[in-house]
Order: sequence, then structure tokens, then C-alpha cells
Amino acid sequence: MRKFKEFIIEKLVLISGLASIFFVILIFLFLLKEGLALFKFVNPLQFLAGKSWYPISEPPQLGILPLILGSLVVTIGAAAISIPIGVACALYISEIAPGKVKETLKGGIELLAAIPSVVLGFIGMITIVPWIKHIFNLPTGLTALAGSVMLAFMAMPTIVSIAEDALYSVPRSYKEGALAMGATHWQTIWRVMLPAASSGIFAAVMLGIGRVIGETMAVMMITGNAAVIPSTILQPVRTLTATVAAEMGEAVVGSEHYFALFAIGIVLFVISFAINVTADLFLHRETKKI
Amino acid sequence: MVKFNIDDLNIWFGGVQALKGVSMKIMRNEILSVIGPANSGKTTFLRMLNRMNELHPNFKMSGEVELDGRKILELDVESLRKRVGTVFALPLPLPLSIFDNVAYGVKMHGLKSKTATSDIVEKSLKEAYLWDEVKDRLGASAFKLSGGQQQRLCIARTLAVEPEVILFDEPCSGLDPISTAKVEDAMLKLKVNYTIVLVTNNVKQAARVGDRTAFFLSGELIELDITDKMFTAPSDHRTEGYISGKFG
Repeated sequence: MRKFKEFIIEKLVLISGLASIFFVILIFLFLLKEGLALFKFVNPLQFLAGKSWYPISEPPQLGILPLILGSLVVTIGAAAISIPIGVACALYISEIAPGKVKETLKGGIELLAAIPSVVLGFIGMITIVPWIKHIFNLPTGLTALAGSVMLAFMAMPTIVSIAEDALYSVPRSYKEGALAMGATHWQTIWRVMLPAASSGIFAAVMLGIGRVIGETMAVMMITGNAAVIPSTILQPVRTLTATVAAEMGEAVVGSEHYFALFAIGIVLFVISFAINVTADLFLHRETKKI
Repeated sequence: MVKFNIDDLNIWFGGVQALKGVSMKIMRNEILSVIGPANSGKTTFLRMLNRMNELHPNFKMSGEVELDGRKILELDVESLRKRVGTVFALPLPLPLSIFDNVAYGVKMHGLKSKTATSDIVEKSLKEAYLWDEVKDRLGASAFKLSGGQQQRLCIARTLAVEPEVILFDEPCSGLDPISTAKVEDAMLKLKVNYTIVLVTNNVKQAARVGDRTAFFLSGELIELDITDKMFTAPSDHRTEGYISGKFG
């Protein structure tokens, strides 16, 4: 009887485990089926490198280069803001902050992660957007920069908490070894702690970026959504994600436009998959080293 | 010549008193062995000498520790630690080449020309009795060395910043007898130029290398005497009990 129970439980756990893989495969197959259908009408190069996105003109022009560049600009901007601040914050929390400050900061970071993206978008819309318009004297504040700033807030909790874990798991003896040799606190941080935690910090950065690329709501609300190839960060841009979210409801099922949106999904899937795999590689390298 | 003068030293971690009223002098160019059972305060004592205890958040102390007649609490902590180097229990090579491991501290303290650095590396490796074993492969990774060689590499790294005092914190606890003998040899040769404080769990090691031996128990200094005298005619029965293996 006990053996039988054991058997049932084992199989249930196995099924639950397989289910997640199964669903991922199903989703991917569905994406592929709908997305690849597009290439009956448009060749892949034209799709990826085409400079104009006019899905409802006749005939539709389905080049996603402006969208890819839009995503890229927003992501690079967000990374440029969130990586230095995030890593510095992780350093402060794990190495410098005294007990109480540390707990407060950690709580604050978790709270930041809990803010829904639509709320961040909304706050960005009524604060950052007018500031940017005013500071840079632009016709509109709905720009890539506004998106970058808001997305930096979203990437920060991921970066801070994972980078802090990485720093925390550096063996104490490394730090004491450096200090005992007469290194200053900063020399210890810069020459021992950061290099020792570098793979974990890199993984943190990649996962933060992954979060930024996949984000939809906030960017849709504050980046202006103009599908043009951006020349500066102070222009409105449209990202891959925002395009899918905004147009899926209107696209006629089975039209080229509809398939193109699925193909965008494939592109996004490939990008986030690549980022997660890279991050994973680095996380595993770290565990092996220790 | 007195190197360290310790006067009525008390140390607390949180509510626990780790050292109780310890007073002693450590002489220049001697090897002082510190023995005692676990939790006797010997490592706390050692870490006090270069102020490593201060890394503990609930650390509190009273009393005085003087190095060459100056209070160590008034010295700049980085330069104190440069003068008073530590070799830890586990060899901790950095993921660098043998050469760079030894040169690491030198570079960190802001030296100098390439030739001066390689002179220091050679001198330190010779003093740590490792030079002959590694001179042909200074560019190889430090992880390629055996445990005993790694520990001597760490000694060389400590020597490279030219300290005056070297603290050994159970330096042979992870080593085989032959490697241990080599590390002990290195220590005996080093005392010509350096003052050495050796914390060890190995009573026999204390007898082999120490000029004087200090016995700690429950945070108190029970006895401090010439090693030979202590091991033949200890004046306290607790010392006798510990070194003859009756407890601890």
C-alpha cells in the first residue's frame, strides 16, 4: 500500500514537472506555426530589415527594423541607467550599510519589484514625460528616454537582489584575506569582492535586461509609439512588445498583419531566450567555481 | 625588545566575553605559540593584533594593545595590517598565476617598477621556501600547486608586503605531515627577521617551533612561559591537563 502511494506521488510530481515543459513547447509551436506563415507573403530579410511598418496600408509594409531599434534604444538606455545604480546599490547593501539601513533598503527594493508596470507607466506619464519635455524643450516628452528611465526602475530590483546574492556568497575568507594584507575597504570591494562575484553580477544584469525587453505596458504608455527609426534617445519610439499589444486586437485573423505580429512574438521569444540562457550560463559558472 | 605590549585586554562579542583580562608581552624575533581548546579565545587574541576583530558587528573591547610602544587603536588600520600580516588556516590562493599571487599585495600598496616587483616576488618565495619548487613555472596557475605549496605561497604573499609581525592562524590544520614540516621549517627561518605569533591546535607543533608558549582557557591566559619549561614542568595543573591530552 505504501509502495503504491509512493508510486502515485512520484508520477504526479513527474507529470507536473513535464507539464511546464509541455506548455512551453506548445506555445512555441503555436508561435512558430502562426508566425512562420508570414513568410509566404514576405521574405524574412525584408521583415527583419525593412525600414517601414505600415501594416494597414495596401499592400501592407511589414518591416520591423524600426521596432527592433526602438526596443534596442529603450533597453540600452534602461541598462545604462539601471546597471551602475543597481550594482552600486547591491554593493552598498551587502558591504557597507549597517544592519537597520540594510533591512530597510532590502524591503524597499522588494516593494519596488511589487509595483505593477501599469502603475509605473502611469506615474511616468504624469511626472517624467512632462519633465523631459520641459528640460529638453521638445514638442513631446513621450520619448525613448522616458521609457528608459521607467524601465530602469523595473530592472533595478532584479539586478540589485541577484547581484547582492552574488556578493553575499563570496566566501568571507576572501574578504578577510584582502583586509589582512592591508587593503582598504574600497580596494577589497573593487579588487576582490567584485571580481569574485562577477559572474553572478553579470547574470543579474542579463536578467534585468531580459525583464526590460519583455516589458510592454509601461513602454506603450510613455514611449510615444511612433514606428520610425530613432536617431536620438529624445525621439518617440515604438517597441516590439508595444506593437503586438497595441495591434493584436485590430488585426484581422489570418491576414498578413496578424501573422506579422506572431512573427514579432518569435523574434521576442528568441531574444529573451538568448538572454536567459546567457544569464544561466554565468550563474552556473559561478556555482562551479565555488 | 618588546614588540607587542598587551595590557588588561577584555573583548566581548555581543554579550559573550571572549577574552578576560589578558596581559602579556610579545618579544621581537620570537615565535610565540598560542594553544588552548576550542572557544578559549586564542583566535580572538590573534585577530586583535591586527584589528581584524573589528569586522565583527558586535565587537567591544577594553584595555590596551601597543605595537612598538604605540597604541594600535591610534594607528591607521591599513598600515597596521601591512605591518602585521596574517596567514590563514586554509590556503587561499587567488585565481591568478603564482607570480601574480605574490605580487598582488605589492601592487595593491602601490609599488613600483617591474624589476622591483619581481625582486620582491623572488625574495618572498625564497623566504617561504617555495622558490626552488616553482621558479620554473611562475606563470602557472596557483591552483596547480599542492596544499602545502599553496600555504607557503600564501606565506610568500604575506611576506611580500614586508610586514614586521606575521600571525599564523592554525596554518597547518589542512596539511599532511610532510607539508607541515616544510611550513614549520619556513617559520623557524623567518623568525630571524620577523616576529611570529602562531595559533595552533596541534600541541606538538607548539612544542616544536615555539620559543615561548601561551595557554588560553575560556578566554583567560592561564600560563605563558618558555616552551621547554611549559612542556616539562607546567606551573598550572590545567596546562598540564591540556598538553598531556586529558581534556580539550
